[in-house]
Amino acid sequence: MNKDTKIDIPVMAEVAAKGEQVEYLYWVGCAGAFDMRYQKVARSFAKILNHLSVSYAVLGTEESCTGDAAKRAGNEMLFQMQAMQNIEILNGYGIKKIICTCPHCYNTLKNEYPDLGGHYELINYTEFIDDQIKKGKLELDKNPFDNQSITYHDPCYLGRGNKIYDAPRNIVKAVYGEVKEMKRCKSSALCCGAGGAQMFKDAEKGDKEVNIERTEDVLEQKVDKVATACPFCMTMLTDGIKFKNKETEVENLDVAEIVAQALGL
Amino acid sequence: MIKQTLFTVVLLITLGVFTWSVFRLRAFFRLTKAAYPIKNISARISRTLNVAFGQTKIFRKPVVGFMHALVFWGFLVITFGSVEMVFDGLIGEDRSFAFMGTFYDVIMASGDVFAFIIIVFIVFFLIRRKFMNIKRLKGEEITAKTNRDAELSLYFIGFLMLSLLVFNLGYLSNHSNHILGVYPVSAQIIEWTSYDFGTLQESGWWVHILLIFVFANYLPYSKHFHVFLSVPNVFLANLDPLTKYPNLDSVTKEVKLMLDPEAAYDDNEEVTRFGVKDIEDVTWRNYMDSLACTQCGRCTDVCPANITGKRLSPRKIFVDLRHRMNEKGALILKGEEDTKSLIRDYISEEEIWACTSCNACAQECPIEISHPNLIMDMRRYLVMEEASAPAGLNAMFANIENNGAPWQYSPEDRMKWAE
Repeated sequence: MNKDTKIDIPVMAEVAAKGEQVEYLYWVGCAGAFDMRYQKVARSFAKILNHLSVSYAVLGTEESCTGDAAKRAGNEMLFQMQAMQNIEILNGYGIKKIICTCPHCYNTLKNEYPDLGGHYELINYTEFIDDQIKKGKLELDKNPFDNQSITYHDPCYLGRGNKIYDAPRNIVKAVYGEVKEMKRCKSSALCCGAGGAQMFKDAEKGDKEVNIERTEDVLEQKVDKVATACPFCMTMLTDGIKFKNKETEVENLDVAEIVAQALGL
Repeated sequence: MIKQTLFTVVLLITLGVFTWSVFRLRAFFRLTKAAYPIKNISARISRTLNVAFGQTKIFRKPVVGFMHALVFWGFLVITFGSVEMVFDGLIGEDRSFAFMGTFYDVIMASGDVFAFIIIVFIVFFLIRRKFMNIKRLKGEEITAKTNRDAELSLYFIGFLMLSLLVFNLGYLSNHSNHILGVYPVSAQIIEWTSYDFGTLQESGWWVHILLIFVFANYLPYSKHFHVFLSVPNVFLANLDPLTKYPNLDSVTKEVKLMLDPEAAYDDNEEVTRFGVKDIEDVTWRNYMDSLACTQCGRCTDVCPANITGKRLSPRKIFVDLRHRMNEKGALILKGEEDTKSLIRDYISEEEIWACTSCNACAQECPIEISHPNLIMDMRRYLVMEEASAPAGLNAMFANIENNGAPWQYSPEDRMKWAE
């Protein structure tokens, strides 16, 4: 990936100013916008969208936190303020379909915004990419990584929360041929430790950190790579791998990065 | 005639005590709040068939799950026999449902076989509980009293099955020429032992029916109340996705007022507390979950916080809720109060903040209890009523308020990722 190139991303305000319409809104999320590591995932996914010539735009500076973390932390007031402001903007543009990379944004927009007047068709990027692969629109360079082995960590808000287990696996399989499953996988998957607003606070007193417990699950599989599909999981597993001094052996990649690599983007 | 009269009196006492227990629980339920409306009955029926009668979630632990499933299915057919025995007692006859023909034969035969299987399993369950080191059957919330309750329930079930077999044996011995129904295990025992169990028929019958009556009245005060409540608990479960955390309508009103001060304000609106501090803040569903929970510990077993040594145990949340309702509910009904609350006196802030809302507990629960939502309801109380969140979360709140992101970045920089 060439980090120096600016990617051409359509912004909703500009699209609307031209009197044009787009099919999808890509909801980048705060992690996609600001987290140094996860920015690469947002870039990868945007490149995939551009590669497919998808009709889409992002909200850019008009996007604001969905309020997921505030809600799970008990601050319903702040959550609803965020939600209502976002809904006003989304409805203002008449947005119908939203693609999310972050499963927390996805879950909140899909399941919690309708009660506050925000009704959209939500598509998780793994479902979107899986669908494009099935339609034959993505010519993936199969196994470009010399038969490296890979496992997949289920984000709670994608798996247990929204029953999306197969789409991310299909994608990883399309590139790597096989997903080496951890013992705790799919609906029994262990959390990375960051959900429920844990990302933003210190853990309570205990024997070990949750991300270390999960990283041990990954390391147990003796894989070269671990795929994730959530910015929080990415932070937690990357930190866990570093803590175990395994960063030269195991690489943590997002599903979108895997596809972008296989497309040579 | 004496037997009929005596039985009728015992039955009336049983029903009377049970009704008293139900009224007490109803009074407790009246202290709770509304939850979701019960709609989409077809989805509920299919989930009940699947999760409750099909035992699909129990099977997530295959071996002990299979044993539980057999005990459960056995109970279903044996309950049919129990209903018949009540009729028999009232009209003074034996096997009064035998007119149902083949259906009756099948039910009676499976009841006889299941009684035997259940005895074997109950012995195993007792050994497992007493001598095997099962981590999920331990924990802060599993007290000596809980263990006594669990063992007593197992003994109840064991002796229920034993007395049923004894009754069947006696019946077979007394009616060797004209047997209504089919009793394969009992018949085999008689063949092997060549013993005449005839004199035991009557006592087997009485012991069995009296055990049912006592057990039924013990259950509302036991963790084994799940015998009655787990199927309704599955039927009435929240059908929403696990990670959909319900909207708080009282906040919606306030936020709308803030965003549009012109909006009409309804003065008659009762001011309620945000979130859950004590039992009067929980919903009927939370309380029902607490009554239906049999403390199997599958939730705690998969909880990432618990696995990594934190104090949180999802099971304890519901054990605490039930205990607190017993304590405070009884006081309220007497017109009294105390200064304790569910938060802090039962459930510590440390437990409440340790949850990752991963929903592994809710996923695992065989009777569809939703633990994370109640935990987050308690966070709502701590944050919105007491403003007592951990420091990191207060910083996150401030960032969202000021910059529209949980981290301290300017909204103007939201497109930098593309550059």
